Amino acid sequence: MLLRLDNVDTYYGQIHILQGVSLEVNEGELVCLLGGNASGKSTTLKTIIGMVRPRRGAVQFAGEEVSGRPTSYRIGKGMAIVPENRRLFGPMSVKENLEMGAYLHGGGTKEDFERVYSLFPLLYERRRQLAGTLSGGEQQMAAMGRALMSRPKLLLMDEPSMGLAPILVERNFEIIKEVHESGVAILVVEQNANVSLSIADRGYVLQTGRIVLSGAASSLIKDEDLRKAYLGR
Amino acid sequence: MSSLGGGQPGEGGLPAAAPEPVDAPDRVKVGVDEWVAEAEGRRAARSGLTGALVRVWERLPAPARLAILIGPFAIFPFITNEGNLYRYGLITIIYALLALGLNVVVGFAGLLDLGYVAFFGVGAYLYGIMASGHSGHHLQAEIAIPIVVISTALFGLLLGLTSWRLLGDYLAIVTLFFLQAFVIFVNNANGGLNDFSYPFVGKVDLTGGSNGLDQIDPLNFFGYHITTTKGYYFFTLISITLLMTMLYFVNGSRTGRAWRALREDPLAAEVMSVPVNRLKLLAFMFGAATAGFSGTIYGAVQSGAFPGDYDVGLLITIYAIVILGGLGSIGGVVIGALVVNGAPELLRSSSNARFLFYGVLLLALFIAMRPWYKPVVVLLGTIAFGFAVHGIASAVWSRGTAGHIEGGGQLGRALEHWVLLPRNTSSIAGWAYFALIVAALVLTLLRGWWRALALIPTLYLASFVWENKLVEQVSGATRLILLGGLLVVIMNVRPSGIFGTSRVEIA
Repeated sequence: MLLRLDNVDTYYGQIHILQGVSLEVNEGELVCLLGGNASGKSTTLKTIIGMVRPRRGAVQFAGEEVSGRPTSYRIGKGMAIVPENRRLFGPMSVKENLEMGAYLHGGGTKEDFERVYSLFPLLYERRRQLAGTLSGGEQQMAAMGRALMSRPKLLLMDEPSMGLAPILVERNFEIIKEVHESGVAILVVEQNANVSLSIADRGYVLQTGRIVLSGAASSLIKDEDLRKAYLGR
Repeated sequence: MSSLGGGQPGEGGLPAAAPEPVDAPDRVKVGVDEWVAEAEGRRAARSGLTGALVRVWERLPAPARLAILIGPFAIFPFITNEGNLYRYGLITIIYALLALGLNVVVGFAGLLDLGYVAFFGVGAYLYGIMASGHSGHHLQAEIAIPIVVISTALFGLLLGLTSWRLLGDYLAIVTLFFLQAFVIFVNNANGGLNDFSYPFVGKVDLTGGSNGLDQIDPLNFFGYHITTTKGYYFFTLISITLLMTMLYFVNGSRTGRAWRALREDPLAAEVMSVPVNRLKLLAFMFGAATAGFSGTIYGAVQSGAFPGDYDVGLLITIYAIVILGGLGSIGGVVIGALVVNGAPELLRSSSNARFLFYGVLLLALFIAMRPWYKPVVVLLGTIAFGFAVHGIASAVWSRGTAGHIEGGGQLGRALEHWVLLPRNTSSIAGWAYFALIVAALVLTLLRGWWRALALIPTLYLASFVWENKLVEQVSGATRLILLGGLLVVIMNVRPSGIFGTSRVEIA
């Protein structure tokens, strides 16, 4: 088991956000975490990556308890994140953005670049261009490439479909699938249940800080309640 | 063409346009948006002289760029006298050196440090305490400078600790407080009645209080004393060249990238596992050490350290240099220092100031007005308007043209035939100044050709006010007004600084 959250409670000040969240991601698995606005999706990711500390519960990664460890330690252990809205470094070139992703590895080896460039040949063409001048789709690629530069075992993705046209969302998830097939476990946090369940192995549904539903993606997609809540039919 | 003349059937009338087939090969396909847009092919090259210059500049290798920036400074001492070398050369380079350090803190790491010039003062005072007639110690520079650099770096570390929890405006408040605390300290640490009694040594006159710390030794390296302006000039020039080279490599290094990433998005930098806090401290320490080093040189050059020299005024000057040159640009700092220090010095003479005044007016006119013929019309109109007014006035109001132009010079003598110069100017010029402000406000309400038309008398009024009022106070308030105008024009032309890269906002 790669990642395991066990009864995690996270607070922002006095506000109880995550209420006993437990979830698991196995090696090489693609898991999606669904939920509406304010359901605690992003907080779950922040708890996993270490930007907020849970008050109770355990976060285990690669067989080690990491809930007291800083973000950089977890990244060193093999986590990487594609943040919400991608958050590229706009005035820096695509190559420099990739180098930032491999900060722990001294800016990345030739193999790191080759791996990312072979997944996203377009980034190679654009390597000298400033990241802020890329289109939305290109930025998504650059953000994923940047995250992959740190040689992650687990890639966390925060709402990858946000701000993209429907056709680009589909293309985007194809890319996620491709990255997944290259051997990286992925946890996708999404509002778009349809498209994320179509590529995921398993899924969790989060609602006001609690996991209310979980199971294989193929069974979740047939679930009546889920269909009503997220697919509108 | 040939097909029309080729005698085709049905020549008499054009055939009815057939609906274009849907699968016509050259038809733009709707709905097949490229996953990525072709940005490369659509980039418009910047046109004109500036565009060409920028392209040539960007293509030059870094050593060549450094040589172009530093070369003129290396030649300067051989073509000028001692006074000009000091005012235009040495002070500019010391400011540039100081600004390079601030550029690391603000430009690279994006930390708004308003206490920066305190480190400049700490450098000067520390060196003064270690080597001056005032303190009685005479340490050699090769020992004193490392001590100064290390201790200012440590001060930087202490101040930098506040940046762990404070961001943006709050960091600015705390660091500004630090600067004020420094100024108050050096104003009072003269061993007087109210002064602090130090452990072991008791009351000591550390800084000379508000009179300053005087008789600071010239820099003395292994027994070799730097005594001439030229000597200090070359010492500082070599230092800045080394520092610029170093910063060039730092900027492209892992640490430099991490600093820039930190400036752009601290959160994203953190999830790239950048040690955010450590890098902030490093930037503060680097900046403080640079400031301490340049402060040592400044103290030795002035052979004294005075509290007023290290106050908010200098802070604004250094920030102006960094922002004008372009935040984060190493070469820009040198150009910024040249403009911010050079321009006010040039403006001390009224004929120089006159050139700059009309130059800025012309530049602003040609930059702000489009298309190109509009400012030409305004310019010609203003010239004609001036001669007409002058001609009428000389016939009906002889007092109005009886005055003489201040300062003279070729431009000045030419202007005597154009602008009204009443003999007794003070009251008229005061009213004219007032009218000029009103006219400028009215201008903002007008549009199109009306504005151009109204500009003609306004410009004439401006030069009337200039020649009769402002030019007389050229070494005082006028200088600063003009410098402000120059800065406004430059920042309008290059909003992100002379060498700055325009910011790209991520949606």
